[in-house]
Amino acid sequence: MKIVVLVKHVPDAAGDRSFSGDTTTDRAAVDGRLSELDEYAVEQALQVVEKAGEGEITFLTMGPEAASEALRKALSMGGDAGVHVVDDALHGSDAIATSLVLAAAVRRLEPDVVICGMASTDGTMSVVPAMLAERLGLTGLTLAASLTIEGNTVTIRRDSDEASTTITGSLPALISVTDQTGEARYPSFKGIMAAKKKPVETLTLADLGIDPAQVGLGAAWSAVDNIAKRPARQAGTIVTDEGDGGVKLADFLAAGKFI
Amino acid sequence: MDFVPNDEQRAIVETVRAFVETELYPHEDLVEQLDDVPKELAAEIQTKAINAGLYAANMPEELGGGGLNAVGVALAEREFGRASYALQMLVARPSNILQACTGDQIEEYLLPSIRGERHDCLAMTEPGAGSDVRSMTTKAERHGDDWIINGGKHFISHADVSDFVILFATTGVDETPRGPKKRISGFLVDMGLPGFEVRRGSSCVSHRGYHQCELLFDNVRIPGYKLLGEEGRGFDLMGDWLGATRLTVAATSVGRSQRVLETALSWAANRKQFGQPIGNFQGVGFQLADCEVAVDAADLLTLRAADRIDKGTYVDADAAKAKLFASETLAKVTDTAVQVFGGMGLMSETPIERWWRDARVERIWDGTSEIQRHIINRSQMKPLGA
Ligand SMILES: Cc1cc2nc3c(=O)[nH]c(=O)nc-3n(C[C@H](O)[C@H](O)[C@H](O)COP(=O)(O)OP(=O)(O)OC[C@H]3O[C@@H](n4cnc5c(N)ncnc54)[C@H](O)[C@@H]3O)c2cc1C
Repeated sequence: MKIVVLVKHVPDAAGDRSFSGDTTTDRAAVDGRLSELDEYAVEQALQVVEKAGEGEITFLTMGPEAASEALRKALSMGGDAGVHVVDDALHGSDAIATSLVLAAAVRRLEPDVVICGMASTDGTMSVVPAMLAERLGLTGLTLAASLTIEGNTVTIRRDSDEASTTITGSLPALISVTDQTGEARYPSFKGIMAAKKKPVETLTLADLGIDPAQVGLGAAWSAVDNIAKRPARQAGTIVTDEGDGGVKLADFLAAGKFI
Repeated sequence: MDFVPNDEQRAIVETVRAFVETELYPHEDLVEQLDDVPKELAAEIQTKAINAGLYAANMPEELGGGGLNAVGVALAEREFGRASYALQMLVARPSNILQACTGDQIEEYLLPSIRGERHDCLAMTEPGAGSDVRSMTTKAERHGDDWIINGGKHFISHADVSDFVILFATTGVDETPRGPKKRISGFLVDMGLPGFEVRRGSSCVSHRGYHQCELLFDNVRIPGYKLLGEEGRGFDLMGDWLGATRLTVAATSVGRSQRVLETALSWAANRKQFGQPIGNFQGVGFQLADCEVAVDAADLLTLRAADRIDKGTYVDADAAKAKLFASETLAKVTDTAVQVFGGMGLMSETPIERWWRDARVERIWDGTSEIQRHIINRSQMKPLGA
C-alpha cells in the first residue's frame, strides 16, 4: 500500500503570531513546527502500515525552505521518504492554489491512500482535503475520528454534535483525520537518527508543470484587505449577591442582548 | 566550531522536552508528597518511555539502545534533568559500565537492562570510603570458581528498586614502590542472594522519591563469571566508563537551572511591588542576568566536554569542569530563585523550595566539588612535573 501524508509547517500557535506587510502569515516571526493536527495524520498512517504489516509512507509538504523541518519531524516519527515543494512563486497561495500544487505532487506518487489533518493550525480553512480529493478523483472521506483500512475498503467514523456516522469508501481515497483519532507518538531516538538518512526530494513548480501565474498571492481568489489586532480583553463585571443576584445577572445578560 | 544545533540535536531536545512536560511534570507534586513513586505509575512511565523509543538513550543502537552520541546524550540528559529526579530516572539510562559485560553477562545483565527488564545500581561508596574510593573495605575472595563477598556499602542510589548491583570490592593488595595498594574489582551481584541485604538509608533532603540505600554482604557467594572486567582493574573500568556519567550530573544540573531560571524570570516579570514588576529593579534584574550568564556557560562547558568525547580528545578534567561549574551554577540559580520569590520561595506551594533542596546533592555525589577541583588541578600541575 502506498500512502501519502500531507504535512504542513506552521507558526507555533504558542508563539505571538502576526502578519507580514503583504498581509500574509509572517512565517519568520515565530518558530515553526509540524502542524499538531497533521501529527494525527502521521500517526494514523503509521498505524495503518503497522496493522497491514506492509506499506510505504511518503510525507509531502509545500512551503518555504523551513518547511523541511515538518518533513524531518514526520520522518523521525516513521515513514520512508519526503517530498518538499518549494518555489518563491508559491508565496501567498490560497487554498485553491495549494490544492492545485499538492494534487500535482500527489499524482506523481500514485498513492492508494492520502491522509491529512482536518485543518492546518494557521489557516484553519479545512477545505484543502476536499479540494484535493476532487482534483484527484479520489474517494473523499473527511473529518475522520477513527480510521481503518481493510483490503480495498476504508471505513471512518465521523462524530458530530448530533450523531456519529460510519462511512465507508473504496480505495484510492483521501482521508482527513481529527484529533479524536488518538495521540501521536513521540519520535524515538532511533527514529530521529534514522530520519536524516531518509530521502527527501525537492520539487519546483516547473518540475510539476505548473504555471507560476496560477499560484501565489496574485492568483488568490480572496484577498485580505485589513488586519486589526484583537482588542485587549476587558476586565469582567463581578456581580455580588445581596439577595438580588439573580435579577442582577439577568439584567446583565439582557443588557448584553444575550437573553 | 559550530554552536548551532543540527536537525537531529534539535529533534532530541524537542522530543525529550515534550515527553518530560507531558508525562513527568504532572506527577511531580505527588512524588514530592509521597517521597515515593507509586509502583503502577513507575511501570506506566517506563512502558511509555520504552514504547516511545526514549529508553536507554546512552546505549548503542546495535544493542537496542537509543544510539545517541555523547552530545546527543548530554542534550537528552539536560532535558530529562528539568523534571523531578525520581521521575526522570524511570526513563533509565543504564550505567555505561555495563558495556564492559562479556560472555554470558551480556544476556544476563546488559541486554535486559537496555530492554527495561532489569535495573542496575552502582556501589562504590562505603561509610569509611567516600571521596577516597580506594580505601574501601568490602572484599571479594576467591573460593574455587566462586567469589565470596563480605562488607557493606552506603548511599547507594535506587538500590531499593534495582535487580542487581554493579559492585566494587577489593580483591587483594599490590605491593608498589609507594607502599601497598588495594586491588579493586567490579562484580555483578543479584539482589536477593543469601546473605545480601538491601536497607533503605535515612531520608535525604534532595530528590524525594529517589532513595539511597545500604547494602550489606555477609558471605555472599557468586559464581566466577560475575566478575566484571579483569580482576584488579576496577579503577580502569571506572575510568573508561564513568567520565560520561559525571557529565550526566552536569547536564541535568544545566536543564534544571534553565527551568528554575525560566520560573524565576516569569515571577520577576509578573510580581509587582512599588508599582513595578520586581524584575525591573536592578537589585533583582542583575541577579537574574548573572544567573543566565552562568547557565549558558555551564551549558557550553557540558556540551564541549561531550563533543570532546565524540571527537576522542576528552580528558577527565573536561567533565570535572562541567560537573563542578554546572552543579555550583544550579546552587546559585536555585538560591537566587528563592530570593526573587521572597517568602513564597520557601513555601511548598511553589516548586522553588524543592529545587533549592534538590540542588544541594549535585555538589556532593559523583565526586564532590572539591574532588572535581582536585582533578582539574592535577591536570594543571602534572604537565609541570609537580
Ligand atoms: C543521595 C546520595 C546518593 C548517592 N548515590 C551513590 C551511588 O549510587 N553509588 C555510590 O557509590 N555512591 C553514591 N553516593 C556517594 C557519593 O558519591 C559520596 O557521598 C561522595 O563521593 C562523597 O563522599 P562522602 O560523602 O563520604 O564525603 P567525604 O569523602 O567524607 O568528604 C567530606 C568532605 O571532605 C572533602 N574532601 C574529601 N577529600 C578531600 C580532598 N582530598 N581534598 C579536599 N577536600 C576533600 C569533600 O569534598 C567533602 O566536602 C551518593 C551520595 C548521596 C548523598
